[in-house]
Amino acid sequence: MSDKRKFGFETRMLHAGHIPDSYSGARAVPIYQTAGYVFDSPEYAASLFELKQYGNIYSRISNPTTAVFEERVASLEGGTGALATASGQAAQMICMMTLLNPGDEFVASSHLYGGTYTQFEHTFKKLGVKVHFVDPMDIKNWEKAITPKTRLLYGETIGNPQGSVFDFEGVSALAKANSIPLVIDNTLASPYLCRPLEWGADIVLHSATKFLNGHGTSIAGVIIDSGKFDFSNYPAISSPSIPYHNLNFFETFGHYGFLMKARCETLRDVGATISPFDSFLLVTGMETLSVRMERHVSNALTISKFLKSHPMVDWVNFSGLPDHPHYERAQRYLPKGAGSVFAFGLKAINNNPRETGKKFLENLELFSHVANLGDCKSLVIHPASTTHQQLSDEELKRANIKPELIRLSIGLETTDDLIWDLEQAFHAISQ
Amino acid sequence: MNTRLSAEERSKFQNSETIRKILNKSKTIAIVGLSDKRERASNFVGSYLKSEGYTIIPVNPLKQEILGEKCYPDLASIPVAVDVVDIFRRPDECVNIVKEAIAIKAKAVVMQLGIVNRDAAELAQANGLMVIMDRCLKMEHGRYNGNLHWAGMNTEIITAKKVSRFI
Repeated sequence: MSDKRKFGFETRMLHAGHIPDSYSGARAVPIYQTAGYVFDSPEYAASLFELKQYGNIYSRISNPTTAVFEERVASLEGGTGALATASGQAAQMICMMTLLNPGDEFVASSHLYGGTYTQFEHTFKKLGVKVHFVDPMDIKNWEKAITPKTRLLYGETIGNPQGSVFDFEGVSALAKANSIPLVIDNTLASPYLCRPLEWGADIVLHSATKFLNGHGTSIAGVIIDSGKFDFSNYPAISSPSIPYHNLNFFETFGHYGFLMKARCETLRDVGATISPFDSFLLVTGMETLSVRMERHVSNALTISKFLKSHPMVDWVNFSGLPDHPHYERAQRYLPKGAGSVFAFGLKAINNNPRETGKKFLENLELFSHVANLGDCKSLVIHPASTTHQQLSDEELKRANIKPELIRLSIGLETTDDLIWDLEQAFHAISQ
Repeated sequence: MNTRLSAEERSKFQNSETIRKILNKSKTIAIVGLSDKRERASNFVGSYLKSEGYTIIPVNPLKQEILGEKCYPDLASIPVAVDVVDIFRRPDECVNIVKEAIAIKAKAVVMQLGIVNRDAAELAQANGLMVIMDRCLKMEHGRYNGNLHWAGMNTEIITAKKVSRFI
């Protein structure tokens, strides 16, 4: 076995984390559908529980199929390791509960997935953690929001649904100056399009449900650590762990301290663990990541240009188009393409944007009306008539959701067919 | 990755072939600065190496016995041949420890994760010893035998060969 050659992204996509075992020789990754693991001896079991030995104890904490997924995604993101979770929301929860104590604060971009916003604003409040949201478009907003209680900075590579691109160099410099980690949700880009750890981020999260899986078959999340942040004076990581006889995770596990603590304390206690079968589906999906992403971005560019030129479209928010305020930034951080998820605004008919959007969706034949993204199949959602339908126009405005906004996740279908579908829906609502 | 060493220093003092050779060919590991406190990193490393079948020899002038093994006050007092000297002491003590390691004809010196002393590393290498610096022997063992792979580590090992994950 070789660790001398630096293998390319596509090779690692197929091989990282899985060595065919000498017992069966199985070429595909076996699904270890087991809850427990037989211990070598009582002494060995005791040393595993004390973390003096590495090994499998119980599938809530680790599993061999899941380990393949974890090592593979860590390799693709360029991290020191990874921890898989039951969902993207669980990845955030476990990451933040590992890094934060009650009374701590953090600063997050306001250009976030709605579920993340709600988790940070409401559920974290119950844990005594305060989030400050900032408009990420101006670095000064970040600077102003940092206080002595700020323990980390948070953002998304591609803000959803604004299509903004994260200011990696600006915000990571600020994080370094304040000796706090920068945590980035890289879901919409995938490691094929952008690797935040190469731009100064310390920890990367994914809703692995999306492009990593690629086929909309699993709910999953993952946390990847660069291993480069110095946690030696970071209270939540370097203070003695009472359940582990005052073990200091940073002193004992060094660059692996954060991930060991996240796994052996937070995941163990929260219990939001991925199933081995879902890990298998993720590993399989990731084998084609680069091929899918190339087609996703080229299809998205074609569709966004079509929409941009359509008379019934008011605006298109896609940083892959030259008139987007973050076009240059997208070219720098996402040179292979700005993803395939973007929003556009329909021109309202009869001055009723909500009804116009609703009708448009009713008339689509090929786009699936789904609250998901990053599937091989093209997906569409109109927040004002679905996920956000209970909100008044005023509340929508505050949530940064325009009533005419339609979000697309462009899949791998024949682009002419996607254009045909959009065209016939435009035609139907104009009648 | 995850070290203060430069790329050139990494190829000299964190070479994967050297690490594997040390883990594969060594039997006796003297651990300088081994603590008897169960929560200390050195105690984790010592108990791990012992349970993986290595003979560990604690070097600690203040103790009689650690992890069930007799303690020696210094490397020179150890009556048997030592393959590896694994160091858990401050960087400024490393040159003297390396001098002792050379004197007892140890085959390798490991300065643990976070311990960097370039003079000590150069001195050991110039005297024909294998040298690893700013790496943890336990974690490297776990990386190559696959146990840390189970904890999600990016081991950087890529192969399509049917092999058992050992070192």
